[in-house]
Amino acid sequence: MNNVFVYCEIEGTTVAEVSQELLTKGRKLADELGVQLHAVVAGTGIKGKVENQILPYGVDKLFVFDGEGLFPYTSAPHTDILVGLFKEEKPQICLMGATVIGRDLGPRVSSSLTSGLTADCTQLEIGPYTDAKTGRTYENLLYQIRPAFGGNIVATIVNPDHRPQMATVRSGVMKKALYEGKAAGEVVYPEVSKYVSPEAYVVQVLDHHVEKAKHNLKGASIVVSGGYGMGSKEGFDMLFELAKVLHAEVGASRAAVDAGFCDHDRQIGQTGVTVHPKVYIACGISGQIQHIAGMQDSGIIISINTDPDAPINRIADYVITGSVEEVIPKLIKYYKQNSK
Amino acid sequence: MKLKIVVLAKQVPDTRNVGKDAMTAEGTVNRAALPAIFNPDDLLALEQALRLKEQNPGSSVGILTMGPPRAGEIIRQGLYRGADTGWLLTDRLFAGADTLATSYALATAIKKIGDVDLVIGGRQAIDGDTAQVGPQVAQKLGLNQVTYAEDIKVEEGVATVRRHIDGGAETVKVPLPALITVNGSAAPCRPQNTKLVMKYKRATCPMERPAEVPYASLYEERPYLTLNQWSVADVDGDPGQCGLAGSPTKVKSVMNIVFQAKECKHLTASDADIEGMVKELLDEKIIG
Repeated sequence: MNNVFVYCEIEGTTVAEVSQELLTKGRKLADELGVQLHAVVAGTGIKGKVENQILPYGVDKLFVFDGEGLFPYTSAPHTDILVGLFKEEKPQICLMGATVIGRDLGPRVSSSLTSGLTADCTQLEIGPYTDAKTGRTYENLLYQIRPAFGGNIVATIVNPDHRPQMATVRSGVMKKALYEGKAAGEVVYPEVSKYVSPEAYVVQVLDHHVEKAKHNLKGASIVVSGGYGMGSKEGFDMLFELAKVLHAEVGASRAAVDAGFCDHDRQIGQTGVTVHPKVYIACGISGQIQHIAGMQDSGIIISINTDPDAPINRIADYVITGSVEEVIPKLIKYYKQNSK
Repeated sequence: MKLKIVVLAKQVPDTRNVGKDAMTAEGTVNRAALPAIFNPDDLLALEQALRLKEQNPGSSVGILTMGPPRAGEIIRQGLYRGADTGWLLTDRLFAGADTLATSYALATAIKKIGDVDLVIGGRQAIDGDTAQVGPQVAQKLGLNQVTYAEDIKVEEGVATVRRHIDGGAETVKVPLPALITVNGSAAPCRPQNTKLVMKYKRATCPMERPAEVPYASLYEERPYLTLNQWSVADVDGDPGQCGLAGSPTKVKSVMNIVFQAKECKHLTASDADIEGMVKELLDEKIIG
């Protein structure tokens, strides 16, 4: 009762990295609240294969649901598992990845339990809350912090009266780390049919394929990122050239992706990838909060922008006021001349 | 097979084109500076619905939206592109809704519409980016659910959906009735049809009309110019589950983020400045 739960997502028998990141965060929250960290995973043929990918992150109790039809993921069976389990376990917090699966499953579970859900949180903290109308004060609520309104504001959301307090978090936002403390590490294998009715297996997956990511933005030590100021798809060719020279990966702001300059899978920000490179070179990016949320932990930030007052300049270590067309070829030239 | 399709659509502030005047000096959002538009993913949902209507003769497409009276514009935009009808949920009691209270309102309206085969919505709205309302509506109505769809075909009461998943794609079969949300990678929506614009340009919800209605007789002659407008009572809704009252999530605080300027080096685009920076980064082994 009253514990912190993390829903662990899988592809085949591999636990998603975002789930491990959330286990680490969930462990910290549980420690702060003085409760246990529980995890739940559901799939087909996963018994004996997923436990050691989950327990080392400080899990006190792991629920493994292994049965036919639980992989590939479909909405109803996984919803039934979580709803049934949460009715028994009554957790106070439930975290899941803001992935395609988490964003399909989270709302369905929250609607079943009429509990609040906050999407794409960038920070999770514990703190008190006083309801302005009733004057009632609540202790130890989960602060679900996220940029909102296209990233122009940052909102702190709480769920005072409903449990579990549910939140989704994008991959890369939290950092995973093996737990150094002692956790109970109990594993149970509940009977799937007790939770999932046969009618739930209604959506049939005819074809399912997942390719390896074309890039390694999340792990890159240098990221060259372009915004709307790059002007065109051709403008991005220049970024790829710079990235090649620097052994960097190319990212993009949402404005550039929306304008069709760059593929969606390279979008950096709250609704895209979060990166923590040593060097982040922002080219023609104004720096909305929703973008900054995805790159503010970079080591050195270099901003190239014609606008000396671009918001991103406030967090930059180097501000180059000039056009990308002029500056980027010079960066390439002088790097080639001076490296080695 | 004739399909009764409801498209969920939202009028949103255009947060993609936020100018410098989007925030007021006090740090609140200046809604007046942002144009109100048809949520982009919802337009893609409308296109899928219109295609299904063409492929399944006798089908109908209706636009369901919730918002202030001016959101009637969303229904008109749908009619201009080929939708048959629309419903505007508007009531002060709906105001301040989070995703759960919104989905409650939409679900009660869909029940009221009745006998719906397919509900299609955009994956998410650009002002909230939550992607929650679709699945929550599906749960409340007990509908089968498929999210992130890129293409929808229906044959003999079963939809075959190609959908985006993380790092790949999936094809699934789902029996109707179902709720499907459409991803940003689906086909773009068709443009407005001039004839339909002429036909529907004066179509309004009663609350959108001024006290002195111009062309008042027109509305008597052409009933299709009066759009459906529903209150909480009209959809037999429970006010306790609507709007702020029905929202489990509360906004504790909202901040306009002002970044503390940190120490930084200001450079120009001159050769000397760029070479100096590159050398500095190389010397400190930050790059290279």
